[in-house]
Amino acid sequence: MWQFFHKLGSPKWFFGIAARLMPWLLAGGILLLMAGIVWGLAFAPKDYLQGNSYRIIFIHVPTAFLAQSVYVMMAVAAVVTLVWRMKLADVFVKSVAPVGLVLTFLSLFTGAVWGKPTWGTWWVWDARLTSMLILLFLYGGVIALDRAINDEKSAARAVSVLVLVGVVNIPIIQYSVEWWNTLHQPSTFKLTEKPSMPAEMWVPLLLSVLGLYLLFGWLACLRMQTEILLREQRTRWVKDYVLVGRG
Amino acid sequence: MAFDSFSAFMVMEGHGPYVWSCYAAFFLLMIGLMVWSLRRRKAAIEACRRGYELQADRQDPQAASASAASFTRVKVSQD
Amino acid sequence: MNADCRPTLTLRQDSVGALAAMQAVFTRDMKVAFRQRQDLLNPLLFFVMVVTLFPLGVSPEVSFLREAGAGILWVAALLSVLLSLDHLFRHDFDDGTLEQLVLQPQPLFLLVLAKTAAHWVLTGLPLVVLTPVLGVMVHLDGNSIGVLCLTLLIGTPVLSLIGSIGAALTLGLRSAGVLLSLLIIPLYIPVLIFGTGTVASAAEGAPVGAYLALMGAFLVLALTLAPFASAAALRISLSNG
Repeated sequence: MWQFFHKLGSPKWFFGIAARLMPWLLAGGILLLMAGIVWGLAFAPKDYLQGNSYRIIFIHVPTAFLAQSVYVMMAVAAVVTLVWRMKLADVFVKSVAPVGLVLTFLSLFTGAVWGKPTWGTWWVWDARLTSMLILLFLYGGVIALDRAINDEKSAARAVSVLVLVGVVNIPIIQYSVEWWNTLHQPSTFKLTEKPSMPAEMWVPLLLSVLGLYLLFGWLACLRMQTEILLREQRTRWVKDYVLVGRG
Repeated sequence: MAFDSFSAFMVMEGHGPYVWSCYAAFFLLMIGLMVWSLRRRKAAIEACRRGYELQADRQDPQAASASAASFTRVKVSQD
Repeated sequence: MNADCRPTLTLRQDSVGALAAMQAVFTRDMKVAFRQRQDLLNPLLFFVMVVTLFPLGVSPEVSFLREAGAGILWVAALLSVLLSLDHLFRHDFDDGTLEQLVLQPQPLFLLVLAKTAAHWVLTGLPLVVLTPVLGVMVHLDGNSIGVLCLTLLIGTPVLSLIGSIGAALTLGLRSAGVLLSLLIIPLYIPVLIFGTGTVASAAEGAPVGAYLALMGAFLVLALTLAPFASAAALRISLSNG
């Protein structure tokens, strides 16, 4: 168990595993995502309430879902950074934050565009849209702080503290935004929550969520590899990899 | 197939622009992110390699002078 | 005032208990602040000016101001606390007092708590005192003003506490002020929502006890967690220098 833990902390070991995993992650991710999207766009039946605009769901839900879980993953990695000082954990936080930012932006953008035909406006201060907007700010803060601190070790630990403070706040933010939303707009605007989604709708949705997860895994591995290369420049194995190995 | 024809698929009963702009943004940003990340790794590998070559030059003065000589030769031929 | 006449912190190593140390830190911060009175006035002036902008910029109509007044005052208070946060650790960081604080045998989070308390007494509390005057100027009724003051009384310490984390994280960085706002504003949102929401409920004649209790819960949560986070952040920032 502990040996595994130490191995997991070794950048060299991770670099090799990532290199082996990445083709599978990329292929699987693209395959599942494409299957889900094509199925959802062309073959899934029309929604009886919202018509065809609901087809945005097949990218809106995956991006929103992933945007939130990436932050939670970052929080777990932040704990590992602060408690065990594991190098890989802070490499993960640093590499993945921009991906989370892009995913959050995408879920906001698709949500806003979906709102136009459904609610008649581009933006409503709907509880979920508002919480996602705040999540976008949180990601922005993490990236800004990371960029502002030059020293690698301090940056990693400062960012970890910030991510943890953020993750404690996320449930509070979500709760308060929901409360605020009911206070200001009596539930006229809500994404229609259908009691039971037919299988032709949720199976493609599931496929695209899984596909995006795999794709995120690929991106995370790739960006972590980059970060590891830059940090471990002075080690023997990176030199061998760069000058001889070539992949 | 939920649509009768390809044009019906593009129009989506008037919701086409919304749906397609979302998918366009999604693909644009995701592909952009992937390409950017790939390029960053490539750049990192290049940076490492350049660092090692510089180091090797410094350790081996003969190689350094040889490369300097080749550098002047290139300059002369350009003149 | 030049930096030389800033009172030095005298905590003799083992003989001073944690409470006495907190008191020493608190009184020193108060002394420093009263020697540089302009720093005390600035957030208050800023508060008044921001509130003034709204009738000028949006509308001086009584109906608008009555509806938006609590929100305007809350946002203005939030911004002026944010503005003053930069000073929380900065001077002590520059003259090395902070390094000494970190080296004290007393737990750092208690000393940070004392500093944050001083910060609140110097900025948050004056804002609360000033609120009734501005509340009258934006045509809030008496009941709303009372509730507003109460929410600010509970809410501004939360702002200072959360803000201390951001101030500690951005200590010694370039453009720390802007970065501080970026980090902290998202975390202020729940306090803002409940602060203004409570006043809105009061204006509709609904009971506000539950909301105030919830804000009290925020305060307790911030009191228990924020000092640890800012102490950790301070250690990180100091090791960076």
